[in-house]
Amino acid sequence: MITVSHLSKYFDGRPAVKDISVKYLPGQCSMIIGASGSGKTVLLKSIVGLLTPEEGEVMFGDTVFNRLPDEEKKKTRSRMGMLFQGSALFDFATAKENVMFPLEFFSNMSRREKSDRADFCLRRVGLEDIGNKYPSELSGGMQKRVGIARAIALNPQYLFCDEPNSGLDPQTSVMIDRLIQEITREYNITTVINTHDMNSVMEIGDKVVFIYKGEKCWEGSRHDILASDNRELEDFIFASGMARELKTLYGSGNPSRG
Amino acid sequence: MRQVFRKPERWRLLARQFFNETEKLVINSIPLIALISVFIGAVLVIQTANNMTSPLLPKMYIGYMARESLILEFCSTMVCLILAGKIGSNISSELGTMRITEQIDAMEMMGVNSANFLVMPKMMATTLFNPLLTLMSFIMGLLGGYLLIELTGMIKVSDYLTGLRFAFNGYYITYSLVKTAVFSFIISSVSAYYGYWAEGGSLGVGRSATKAIVVASALILIFNLILTRIML
Ligand SMILES: Nc1ncnc2c1ncn2[C@@H]1O[C@H](COP(=O)(O)OP(=O)(O)OP(=O)(O)O)[C@@H](O)[C@H]1O
Ligand SMILES: [Mg+2]
Repeated sequence: MITVSHLSKYFDGRPAVKDISVKYLPGQCSMIIGASGSGKTVLLKSIVGLLTPEEGEVMFGDTVFNRLPDEEKKKTRSRMGMLFQGSALFDFATAKENVMFPLEFFSNMSRREKSDRADFCLRRVGLEDIGNKYPSELSGGMQKRVGIARAIALNPQYLFCDEPNSGLDPQTSVMIDRLIQEITREYNITTVINTHDMNSVMEIGDKVVFIYKGEKCWEGSRHDILASDNRELEDFIFASGMARELKTLYGSGNPSRG
Repeated sequence: MRQVFRKPERWRLLARQFFNETEKLVINSIPLIALISVFIGAVLVIQTANNMTSPLLPKMYIGYMARESLILEFCSTMVCLILAGKIGSNISSELGTMRITEQIDAMEMMGVNSANFLVMPKMMATTLFNPLLTLMSFIMGLLGGYLLIELTGMIKVSDYLTGLRFAFNGYYITYSLVKTAVFSFIISSVSAYYGYWAEGGSLGVGRSATKAIVVASALILIFNLILTRIML
């Protein structure tokens, strides 16, 4: 379980993320949604400690993570997997070497076992044949999937995904969403996903937090979201026609807004 | 900086990085440095010959002067200024790209000491092996002078060769190698620093590469003065 309390992160005195408190549970896909520039990436990076928040606490289990010394942070991090907004695969390594990289550093497996584990993870994301290709030779969607394979290589307890399906076609998006959901359920992972894609939210969002200009503006499940009468949230979701239709179908609120 | 020299987590991976960097940064610089050195060696001979019009000075001084210019300044300082451009831009743009595409964050997320893993092999490869480039440059420069004389018949080849051996001071070689090692350390650390902390997209990567080269070149000139004061 991850507990975030009163987290704030400032850039040049201006808050990018302000006073956010939220809990994330294992076995659930928790979504952070919000417009571009609302602070999703900053929030996620502050949670995992890539950015240092000025105020507030982030707890993994019962340890206060953001106050740990660097060495201890590293240990906790080896139980986290992260998929970055741009995949962030290492250019100098092949897809399989990318997946093996965390294993090389943090497992005591033999070479054989590492290789098998990497193959397993690549198979898990449906990419058994491209192990020897370099990231530049892969499509965006493939890179994302290799990124997921790398993130789950060490059997993480926590999985963070920054816009796992931005820039992908709807089919591949859905496939990646399902993949993340399956992995989350299968290994009881605490998964936090950043997205501005309402399709993903409706597909897999067990818990949804809406960020507006750096502040938590709404929290609930995907089932409540269409019925919500939060003004900023409505403006955000009903920018898309599909969601507006859904709302009409669900028949609550005022469908003509947006 | 302190992060760079921490105890590495996995020696085998680091060794592999070290060999890759040696190939990319040092071995791949051989053709460029060899080419430049041959031409500079030839030009030095022509210029020295032009300036030695007095019939009282033996022609072998041409070989002697060319050798001294090469070993004292060209093969260390000039070669390193060239390498500051070549290696420096390579290192800072590579690390800068890794920074802005979040590859460095990804490494940190895995709990890997990214500064150590990415920067140390580059610094070691260049500091240890660039002095070999200096030696090669010296030989190529002398060869360039030799070829010029052989082709133009400007002076007797035997005069040139005598000049090369005249009053040879082995300490100058040490001086030159030490300078190159120090300059290479400057190039790799400065450009790694600017690349590692690049920000602001691809523009930022370009900016950090430019800054790295300017700062490294300036430091090389300053340390050239300091080392020369100390060592000669
Ligand atoms: N390193 C930084 N320095 C200064 N300001 C920053 C930095 N990183 C982010 N910001 C600011 O913080 C705010 C939130 O940015 P963030 O990247 O979290 O947005 P986001 O919600 O992830 O957007 P997107 O959906 O486009 O990825 C933005 O206004 C941005 O300008
Ligand atoms: Mg973002």
